[in-house]
Amino acid sequence: MKYSDEFRDREKAQVLIREIDQLAAGIMAGRDLPIQIMEVCGGHTHSIFRYGLEGMLPESIELVHGPGCPVCVLPMGRVDDCVAIAEREGVIFTTFGDAMRVPGSKKSLLQAKAAGADVRMVYSPMDALTLARKNPDNDVVFFGLGFETTMPSTALTILQAEAEGLRNFSVFCNHITIVPTIKAILDSPDLHLDGFLGPGHVSMVIGTAPYEFIARFYKRPMVVAGFEPLDVLQSIWMVLQQIKDGRAEIENQYARIVPDAGNAAALAAVTRVYELREFFEWRGLGSIDHSGVRLRESYAAFDAERKFDIPNLKIADPKSCQCGEVLKGVIKPWQCKVFGTACTPEMPMGALMVSTEGACSAYYQYGGVKRQKSMVPA
Amino acid sequence: MCLGIPGLVVKIDDHAKKLATVDVSGVRRQINIACIVDDNHSIDDCVGDWVLVHVGFAMSRINEAEAAHTLQILTELGEAQAEIEAMRQTSIH
Repeated sequence: MKYSDEFRDREKAQVLIREIDQLAAGIMAGRDLPIQIMEVCGGHTHSIFRYGLEGMLPESIELVHGPGCPVCVLPMGRVDDCVAIAEREGVIFTTFGDAMRVPGSKKSLLQAKAAGADVRMVYSPMDALTLARKNPDNDVVFFGLGFETTMPSTALTILQAEAEGLRNFSVFCNHITIVPTIKAILDSPDLHLDGFLGPGHVSMVIGTAPYEFIARFYKRPMVVAGFEPLDVLQSIWMVLQQIKDGRAEIENQYARIVPDAGNAAALAAVTRVYELREFFEWRGLGSIDHSGVRLRESYAAFDAERKFDIPNLKIADPKSCQCGEVLKGVIKPWQCKVFGTACTPEMPMGALMVSTEGACSAYYQYGGVKRQKSMVPA
Repeated sequence: MCLGIPGLVVKIDDHAKKLATVDVSGVRRQINIACIVDDNHSIDDCVGDWVLVHVGFAMSRINEAEAAHTLQILTELGEAQAEIEAMRQTSIH
């Protein structure tokens, strides 16, 4: 099998899968419902599909692919706002490549560019700053997007723009924050999760302490996990071990990258530049209290939302699109009515089909889940 | 964007702005190192560091073996190629 060659340490994987099998069997002895573990991060989703990990797990374990892909949860209304800013005279609108194809209600940024708007793909917010220096007569707007992993980079770029006194640089801030999102998932009546794989690189910034409420108040285990197949398997094993022992703790499998205290310099920049929004709208999930950040009043000069008049309209997701139910793990991607027909990676209708970290795109790309034991590395 | 990519800090470009040149699989570009500098690790100490780079910012120091391993995984996920291409388009050499 193709997958087996790609395991650097087959023996370890085999041992882990055997132990996962045993643990799951033990846990299932006292219950009927499958064991549901949510991976919060889109990077994990991608890794799980790429390496066919679901197929290696016993039937009794169900991986729920969470909302941790910032591109996927971007609502149509915000894409429309991006297009409206990009179409203004004199604006150079800069964005990460991932966001170019996310559908708005009328067009994506890619379509706006084709129609003549000055939309440019950048690798880093610093590239947007360079464009602002080189084009003093234009307004350069950076589309700030992502969880805490990319939040500090936008903040540090704004601080740099402030230090240089650049007046033609601003950020359309759509950064989102993980903790209120997990809380909303835990409060959702549709879901009955048994535990979480915690996001690796968000945790590299915020540390592990912000997750304590999950263990303390919701009595659910979380293991902050790395992205390699063995990391994911080991983290699933750690979650199961907690369930078996009746423990609910926040554990850190990815300690080689994630310090328990997070990154002090990054957090300082984040605290200085942003404040929590009262609420933020998510594609598929609706409005979640305190789940987004905006620039503080003291950085208003760099805030595209204050600088430009934006439509800020709430646009409902297409009726046939079931991204929300997929995001919450209520249905699997292939159970969506438009999966693979009206909605494909080439012509995405829903955001989960746009990014490689979206569950639908991953299912589509890697041919779905084959629950075959033959995929276990041999 | 979220997975980042490992690179080697080869020189410091600007102490005040905490900018350095990093080599990612042969592509060199300028990145910000503010998040890996602290009281125990000066700006100059960063030269020779393997770092995990997210959207042009070094967010974590890693060891060389971890860097090689991570790059391998990212290549298999198809993320490395996209990231390096995006870096190349804005590279400085």
